Amino acid sequence: MSNEVKHREPLFHIAKRSSIVWWKAWLVRLGAIVLAFFFSAVLTVLLTGENPLDVFSSLIKGAIGTNRRIWVLFQNTAMLLCVALAVTPAFKMKFWNIGAEGQALIGAMATAACMIKLTGVLPAPLLILAMFVASVVSGAVWAVIPALFKAKWNTNETLFTLMMNYIAIQIVSYFSGEWAVPKGSGKIGIINGDTMEGWLPVIGGKNYLLNILVVAAITVGMYIYLKYSKHGYEIAVVGESQNTARYIGINVKKVIIRTMIISGALCGVAGFLLVAGTDHTVTRDTIAGRGFTAIMVSWLAKFNPLYMVLTSLLIVFMERGAIQISTSCGLNNSFSEIITGIIIFFIIGCEFFLNYQIKFREKEGK
Amino acid sequence: MKKVFKVLALVLALSMIVAFAACGGTGNEETTVGADETTTAGEGTPLDLSKVKIGFICLHDENSTYDKNFIEAAKEAKTALGLTDDQVVIVTNIDESSECYDTAADLVDDGCNIVFANSFGHEDFMIQAAKEFPDVQFCHATGTKAHTEGLKNYHNAFASIYEGRYLAGIAAGLKLNEMIAAGEITAEEAKMGYVGAYTYAEVISGYTSFYLGAKSVCPTVTMDVQFTGSWYDEQAEKEAAVTLMSKDCVLISQHADSMGAPTACETAGVPNVSYNGSTVAACPNTFIVSSRINWAPYYEYIIKTVAAGEEIAADWCGGIAEGSVVLTEVNEQAAAADTQKAIDDAKAKFLDGTLKVFATDTFTKDGAALTTYMADVDTDTDYTPDTEAIADGYFHESEHRSAPYFDLRIDGITLLNEKF
Repeated sequence: MSNEVKHREPLFHIAKRSSIVWWKAWLVRLGAIVLAFFFSAVLTVLLTGENPLDVFSSLIKGAIGTNRRIWVLFQNTAMLLCVALAVTPAFKMKFWNIGAEGQALIGAMATAACMIKLTGVLPAPLLILAMFVASVVSGAVWAVIPALFKAKWNTNETLFTLMMNYIAIQIVSYFSGEWAVPKGSGKIGIINGDTMEGWLPVIGGKNYLLNILVVAAITVGMYIYLKYSKHGYEIAVVGESQNTARYIGINVKKVIIRTMIISGALCGVAGFLLVAGTDHTVTRDTIAGRGFTAIMVSWLAKFNPLYMVLTSLLIVFMERGAIQISTSCGLNNSFSEIITGIIIFFIIGCEFFLNYQIKFREKEGK
Repeated sequence: MKKVFKVLALVLALSMIVAFAACGGTGNEETTVGADETTTAGEGTPLDLSKVKIGFICLHDENSTYDKNFIEAAKEAKTALGLTDDQVVIVTNIDESSECYDTAADLVDDGCNIVFANSFGHEDFMIQAAKEFPDVQFCHATGTKAHTEGLKNYHNAFASIYEGRYLAGIAAGLKLNEMIAAGEITAEEAKMGYVGAYTYAEVISGYTSFYLGAKSVCPTVTMDVQFTGSWYDEQAEKEAAVTLMSKDCVLISQHADSMGAPTACETAGVPNVSYNGSTVAACPNTFIVSSRINWAPYYEYIIKTVAAGEEIAADWCGGIAEGSVVLTEVNEQAAAADTQKAIDDAKAKFLDGTLKVFATDTFTKDGAALTTYMADVDTDTDYTPDTEAIADGYFHESEHRSAPYFDLRIDGITLLNEKF
């Protein structure tokens, strides 16, 4: 009888990494993207019989194929980033604000309402100021209502903010009917198309430059706010542990409410930029799902505003490319969404390998 | 140190983008060459169509019956004119926002000399693009502004679908007559239900012509209209149809783009007159007939006009003669006997001009026949009535502009909810 009980070491086991060198981390990420492309290529051939190289070249062409597309790419990135920056402080505080869509939409609605009702009442610069204030305030109000309920009665913020989205959408629907041109069409149409009153100025002949610059400034501002300000620190502490926060004398309710006001106000700014800067009208689809995509942007970047530039760019890049895939390869739009899904799945999945490492069984000499 | 990493991260990401751009460049060239090599079709037409490139902007994709109708017409026109794959670009899922302008401009960059958009809300963004690119023709379905905008390269198009709806209404009226004859309902109980999207002229014109068609064969008919406040909301359309049935409507029709109303009818066994195309596959027992607009004639018109170097009409409204207004096959399973014959007879009268849908001796408003009506033809924010539409004993629909502007509430039709 042997008293040696041999524990067979498994083939591999998973261990948490304490840290990872930055270049290794980026290598893993790059690897994930390459793998994702390879996987989507195989799937493309299997499902559609299309040449995957054609599909990918369409994807890239669609995103950055021409000067105009590059501008559109940056504009869309800026708008998505703006909403992502808005949700970030709330998420960092572990307040699950999934109402960014509604907060931005109500900001857009307020902007449009000012353009319709105050044109001719206020001179142009004041009109733009009024639009801006209205959008910021309405976005903040939309966000602070769930925050107040959370702070006072500990209601579920996820459901509450989600429901607020639908109210905002229905409000826009209502006014789309009320202010429709022509009558009954349910569409407001471009506001002040002839006078361009209340439209943000075009700088340097580039339609989207102003929006991009504003969002760039907000990005830097948010980075500094979260990293270096006292508020930012309080948000981080509340997010880690509310008890710790209370222990060190942070007024948790106050932080929740204050942060949600900032979150909602920034969403309002996104709505303002979309209406006054680019669309000059409002519809139910003005925000186009950015309120939800922004959550992914924020998470992927681990709530770091600078990384968010990259994650939002990546997602918009995929979206823009996806449109081109369905156009040039004649594939249904759903197919390009499948590819986008795969790539994002791989990117999120690779985070696992950044936090954990796989250790293989070491070879034993027999 | 951390900041250095961040800068490096950015640099790395940028270099990736540049790498992608390089790939994009080569991919681009390859596909263009491939397309050129396959250019074999397109010969044998007297007009040289090879210089024409047309881009289509669609709000949704084939999953919406509305967009499917446009996409299939584009393919039909492409085949009929022998255009190559390279000459026809279809872009789907384009919102009614600056995305429409961006897409239109992008199609121009891509070499299109005609850009077409299919949704009402695209109009302002198409006009924006038209102002920027005067050498490119911008055509827009269902819009209202071409005749007032004064742009040489911006055009609206529609079809006299009210005539199609009138013909479909005849099929409905005959079905009611059959039910009356069979003793299922009395003549006074002949009430139809109609699911509408908005109280918009296009919808009002549509349901009124449908009602007048039915009334032309079944004089006692009345109709209830329920609005959904959306062009596409399957659940709301289904609920609206059920509401109408609960109010004793014995036949349903609709002007909204989902399968909501037809499937509700099939479930309840209530006859249905459809829109945008046949729904017989899903509703074999209740589908009677459907009217729809065929856009292919318009597409062929604009492509040929541009190829010939001529000007496209600011407003174009195709009718039965042009093949723009079509009816599907009558479903014998659900329709009354001789429906097809009655439709054909009325169609012949439309073609020789002896039948007018909105003849003032066929309807009343508040109990009186109309002799004058100022319609809101020129779109403005105050809805100012600006054009006399009644002359020679009928309402001149779609003559002052292509999109419908008949928005009268006539006797016999009850609007259940006017909130939209």
